[in-house]
Amino acid sequence: MHTNGTTPLVEMRNISIAFGGIKAVDGVSVDLRPGEVVGLLGHNGAGKSTLIKILSGAYRPDSGEIYVNGEHADIATPRDAKRYGIETIYQTLALADNIDAAGNIFLGREVLTPYGTLDDATMEAETRKVMARLNPHFRRFKEPVKALSGGQRQSVAIARAIYFNARVLIMDEPTAALGPAETQQVADLVLQLKKEGIVIFLISHDIHDVFGLADRVSVMKNGKLVGSADVQDVTQDEVLGMIILGKCPPGATPGPGAS
Amino acid sequence: MTAPIATTAPPPPSTASGSLLSKLEIDVRMLGMLAALAVIWIGFDILSGGVFLTPRNLWNLSVQTASVAVMATGMVLVIVTRNIDLSVGAILGVVGMIIGVAQVQWLPAYLGLEHWLTAPLAVLIALVAGGLIGLFQGWLIAYLGIPSFIVTLGGLLVWRGAAWWVTTGQTVAPMDSRFKAFGGGVEGALGATTTWIIAAIACGLIIVGLGLTRRRRLRFGFPVRPGWADAVIAVVACGAVLATAAVFNAYPMPMGSARTWAEARGIAWPEGGLFISQGVALPVLIAVLVGLVMTFIATRRRFGRYVFAIGGNPEAAELSGINTRWTLMKVFGLMGLLCGISACISTARLNAATNAAGTLDELYVIASAVIGGTSLAGGIGTIAGAMLGALVMQSLQSGMVLLGVDTPLQNIVVGAVLVLAVWVDSLYRRRIK
Repeated sequence: MHTNGTTPLVEMRNISIAFGGIKAVDGVSVDLRPGEVVGLLGHNGAGKSTLIKILSGAYRPDSGEIYVNGEHADIATPRDAKRYGIETIYQTLALADNIDAAGNIFLGREVLTPYGTLDDATMEAETRKVMARLNPHFRRFKEPVKALSGGQRQSVAIARAIYFNARVLIMDEPTAALGPAETQQVADLVLQLKKEGIVIFLISHDIHDVFGLADRVSVMKNGKLVGSADVQDVTQDEVLGMIILGKCPPGATPGPGAS
Repeated sequence: MTAPIATTAPPPPSTASGSLLSKLEIDVRMLGMLAALAVIWIGFDILSGGVFLTPRNLWNLSVQTASVAVMATGMVLVIVTRNIDLSVGAILGVVGMIIGVAQVQWLPAYLGLEHWLTAPLAVLIALVAGGLIGLFQGWLIAYLGIPSFIVTLGGLLVWRGAAWWVTTGQTVAPMDSRFKAFGGGVEGALGATTTWIIAAIACGLIIVGLGLTRRRRLRFGFPVRPGWADAVIAVVACGAVLATAAVFNAYPMPMGSARTWAEARGIAWPEGGLFISQGVALPVLIAVLVGLVMTFIATRRRFGRYVFAIGGNPEAAELSGINTRWTLMKVFGLMGLLCGISACISTARLNAATNAAGTLDELYVIASAVIGGTSLAGGIGTIAGAMLGALVMQSLQSGMVLLGVDTPLQNIVVGAVLVLAVWVDSLYRRRIK
């Protein structure tokens, strides 16, 4: 697997976590190298979301280590992950519906005035800038995000992730709730961010979403890693076989979950 | 900052042409509450033959509202985080007993009776005791994960029982004479001059505040209200402040008190008596200040933003790196602190500490917050709304007392109004969605 010799930007080694005796993630190792988009595939319930929640600091693994730039990283809280430049766009978007776009983008990282009060004007100005780039038609800066459409809410969640100089962007099912046009926008965005050197960890259960965007794919089944492969080395059918049957094709590096 | 898609400058702020209300950016809900209050006031005034809308009654109404209004500001934050506090009346009771005993027994043992330090120390004790009780309950809720309904239901019984234990049920009286100012009355009436000064300062702050907000938004190139709209708001707000001051100043001290007051200042007592204005009462001023500080905390401070974020989506708040447990514990600590302030007000007003003080206050406080637009589903609520809610509740009650309505019927009406208010509010919310 580590054939090209570069140090992975992020490496998760032998990660395991169990909830009430059920091993949601069982000895999974994945890595993200500079400049690449990695797709994480698997059925619903394969443990994808749990794995990325460990990387984003929402869960603490029972065992296993995370390395950032080859150095051991202790990620205990979402704040820790953000300190390492790891930002996450959750499947649920994780927006506070009663708060406006600026409040959500800066949630937990508010800009304060010299008097220690919220600097809403600066935050709104920054929000207008970042939203002008992501979604030029966005106007509803003063309304709670509950009032926004699915695509607008998605832009707010994306803005929150990229505003703070993310190095690694985790996108959990970013297109699950979107229409075709908006899905295409997200795909364009992924390629754009990749060009800027942001490493993207793209989680999906839809193989078509991933194949056009990712450089490599990792497949999980029943909490275990079936295998990882460069997308050039495998066909879509072979990857489908990995997802459904757990069968690792010759072009892929098998993991502990391969049958 | 990394910007993925080519930059386009945001288009110039659109001058939205909307209705008058949207131009003024006035909270329609709040306007509805003010209208309801006006209906209640005018209705009672007609039914009582013009007794309700007199300076005397309005002054009393303001003093009676103070204690519940102070606690309602804290209840808003508690309910916004999707919690509830059923123990506020009992906390008021136990804190009231503690400061009563402190003034009558503990402090005089060291300072002597009527020492000037007694009142400040009593207030300090109230704040510390209330705050600690609140923090303790908050710790049980936030860190041990016990539902707030249960913790504070237990608290209701525990602190009410504790209030009894402080003196094994005996009432403690009288309070220190300086401390009595917190209850209003003659000691706590600030007089005409002070009232006008406070009103003038308030008007100044309103105008400066509006101006600063406007300048700040203009500097960032954000859309602003039209100038005339800001002017209308300034005139209406200042007018309301000055009218309130005028009403308070139109209520004179009773003859006996006025005579004592005049003699203490060496003023000759004329044949026809003297008109000495009560002015705003200290507990009312305290309640207004608490409302301002709590509004500042809820809207301008990071803590307030976190409180609302937790109420809107607890999981999102957690994933944003907010320390949700500590925030929650602080919310309950703040609630306890406010109970301490209310304990001072109601103990001073009664001039006695009884273990029954604050009984059923939890219900009035929660009702005030809910009538004031706080959503029990969490995430929505305003401090000003809750205080207005407290005023609506108290108006209903004292109006019915004025009309001689029996206590059971009073409770029936208040209960029905609470349910009605929440129903109307839910209709309104559904319509604007």
